[in-house]
Amino acid sequence: MKLRIGLGSCGIAAGALKAKEAVEAEIKSRGLDIEVCQTGCIGMCHNEPLVDVIEDDGRVFTYGMVTPEIVGRIFDSHIAEKKPLEEYLVASPDKPNLFLRGQVKVALRNCGVIDPESVEEYISRDGYEALKKCLTELTPPEVIEEIKTSGLRGRGGAGFPTWFKWNATRKASGDVKYIVCNADEGDPGAFMDRSILEGDPHGVLEGMIIAGYATGAREGIVYCRAEYPLAIRRLEAAISQGREKGYLGCNIFGTDFSFDINLKQGAGAFVCGEETALLASIEGERGMPRLKPPFPSDSGYWGKPTNINNVETYVNVPWIIREGGTAFAAMGTERSKGTKVFALAGKIQRGGLIEVPMGITLREIIFEVGGGIKGDGEFKAVQMGGPSGGCIPAHHLDTPIDYESITSLGAIMGSGGMVVMDESTCMVDIARYFLDFTQKESCGKCVQCRLGTKRMLEILERISRGEGRPGDLDLLEEICITVRDGSLCGLGQGAPNPILTTLSYFREEYEAHINEKKCPAKQCRNLISYRIDPEKCRGCTVCSQKCPVQCISGDKGRAHSIDQSLCTKCGNCMEVCKFSAVYVD
Amino acid sequence: MENCHGGCCIQKKSNGNINLGLLDDILAESRGKQGMLIPVLQKAQDIYGYLPVEVMRHIAAELGIKPAKVYGVATFYAQFRFTPVGKYIILLCQGTACHVNGADKIETALCDELKIKPGETTEDGLFTLNNAACLGCCSLAPVMMINGQAYGPLTPDKARRIIRDIYSGERQGAEEGVEQ
Repeated sequence: MKLRIGLGSCGIAAGALKAKEAVEAEIKSRGLDIEVCQTGCIGMCHNEPLVDVIEDDGRVFTYGMVTPEIVGRIFDSHIAEKKPLEEYLVASPDKPNLFLRGQVKVALRNCGVIDPESVEEYISRDGYEALKKCLTELTPPEVIEEIKTSGLRGRGGAGFPTWFKWNATRKASGDVKYIVCNADEGDPGAFMDRSILEGDPHGVLEGMIIAGYATGAREGIVYCRAEYPLAIRRLEAAISQGREKGYLGCNIFGTDFSFDINLKQGAGAFVCGEETALLASIEGERGMPRLKPPFPSDSGYWGKPTNINNVETYVNVPWIIREGGTAFAAMGTERSKGTKVFALAGKIQRGGLIEVPMGITLREIIFEVGGGIKGDGEFKAVQMGGPSGGCIPAHHLDTPIDYESITSLGAIMGSGGMVVMDESTCMVDIARYFLDFTQKESCGKCVQCRLGTKRMLEILERISRGEGRPGDLDLLEEICITVRDGSLCGLGQGAPNPILTTLSYFREEYEAHINEKKCPAKQCRNLISYRIDPEKCRGCTVCSQKCPVQCISGDKGRAHSIDQSLCTKCGNCMEVCKFSAVYVD
Repeated sequence: MENCHGGCCIQKKSNGNINLGLLDDILAESRGKQGMLIPVLQKAQDIYGYLPVEVMRHIAAELGIKPAKVYGVATFYAQFRFTPVGKYIILLCQGTACHVNGADKIETALCDELKIKPGETTEDGLFTLNNAACLGCCSLAPVMMINGQAYGPLTPDKARRIIRDIYSGERQGAEEGVEQ
């Protein structure tokens, strides 16, 4: 028997280290001989911390929400009496998990299965076999041909065919070429790259080495954001293990191919996810994009031909080489092949990291994998693609996931963040939220983006304050077009998308803010007021005690009331009322 | 990029005794190599907790880069700080999932409890409140991180209690110190 604990960042945040301590203490106090191992993100964030009990015959029992108190009960029941603790069991051979059903793991094949800090475990799952096959059986053009057959497209957002980039770098003149892995995952609400780096760092490295062989590069750089300390630690460990084992360094697998990888940490600038800005940043400059062409495949890092792909793209490569491009292309749609990882979050029942075949509908993802809306709310929209993406409304839920169909709805596939919203989410506020983000992150190079995002934010702010003017919506649309057409990089070109999609699908909400000074979702502070229903109020005084500005008055046992002139609309009273007497008007 | 871009700060005079010798190792490693400015600044911030003006000037002189360029690069990136930070750094997540789950109410509660705005440090030097674009623990939304430890899902009341607990722990620690 073996116990496996999910120690990704999200698991640790939910208390997985405490669960691990408790497991180790139980083993010690009971005098048992059970191995405890760690793994990366299992994907079921909604059930973290997760502990797997792996029987000697290989059957896996997964327990969710494992607090230290529950660890003892798992030992009492499952380990001592061989009776699984049904209450906390989220998946077992007899109890298939609804969240995992319908998922196909290619990029996440090792996440939540292997110990990411052990190269042996990676090797035991055919790790570095694909590299060996490339170096000993395939020529670089044959490797590129296999990737072409697979139909793999860039998983970082734009969906550019991977083989095309590799081929361009290979054909570019010059002896010195570079491979760069873009691990500067900055979209708020997206954490798939982090989970892959934390759960399967060798998978990413193997993909990069293969890209090096295919393009003729000898050096690779992973550009990882500093906000991911655990991913950085595991990558560093994987790189030194790769060097020890000879997968990195000179004459790999006894061939004349040599390749090494170094790690660079980002310093916190969203725009550095754009490839030319990323290159400026690793050269030690301000991360500002530049005009393309020349493309990085001709003139990239230090002016040399450079191939840049995202984490998820690279991790797919070893699988494609091993299983064949045709197997990958057998999944998905006509133009979008394979699988895609999504980070499912927001007002969703079962949030987490999922991998599904392309072509599956949004409805299947949200209502079958994700279990629908959290609480008793109703689905309103799903935000895809982060600050450059858009909000997709309910009547487009049957759209199949593929690069082109998502783009035709005004959103983008992006890196795969999917934030689900219910009717309590204000669409004007969501647009304002994203513009606030892009305005802060605009590098300032293009005037349209620098000033345009600022002006658009100002308009959205005044609309949500209830100070919107007639003509504001037309003005917004006009600035949107100018910013989109006049910006050099994806940040500026995509910045209007959150506004354009909400304007096209939820225009009446904007109009309610401007004309009636009402926020239909009851979110915009200046347009709502908190009130106490005298019929429901029991006069328990809890709200008045918790009010930070002491604006609630009333005698004990009698209905209370809120002084609107003092209320800061913090919502504390509503949160603490046990009788649901506080409501928003 | 919300920092001052005027370059005025780099002109300011030194006001403390900063041991520039702590930078010797990293500078020796980086001299003569291309593209080392950001790693050196990161290391310097690890050492001093922030980037004092004299440290940036020293790095410029040692690496043969103009001070204006060092300052220009440092202010471009959100990671770099130019003032000392508190003992506890609160990172309040502003990710989309946190936003739709009420992160703004948590921010109001924290600002009210600490009497500071995001980006500021309390007068006693105990807390710095910073907004983070996304901490990536979306299933715990809304979430904040204090010195690496994540707290979530939060309510405004819960957030206030966490701060008060740290305060009372600090006071207790101080009293015990006096008794000894």
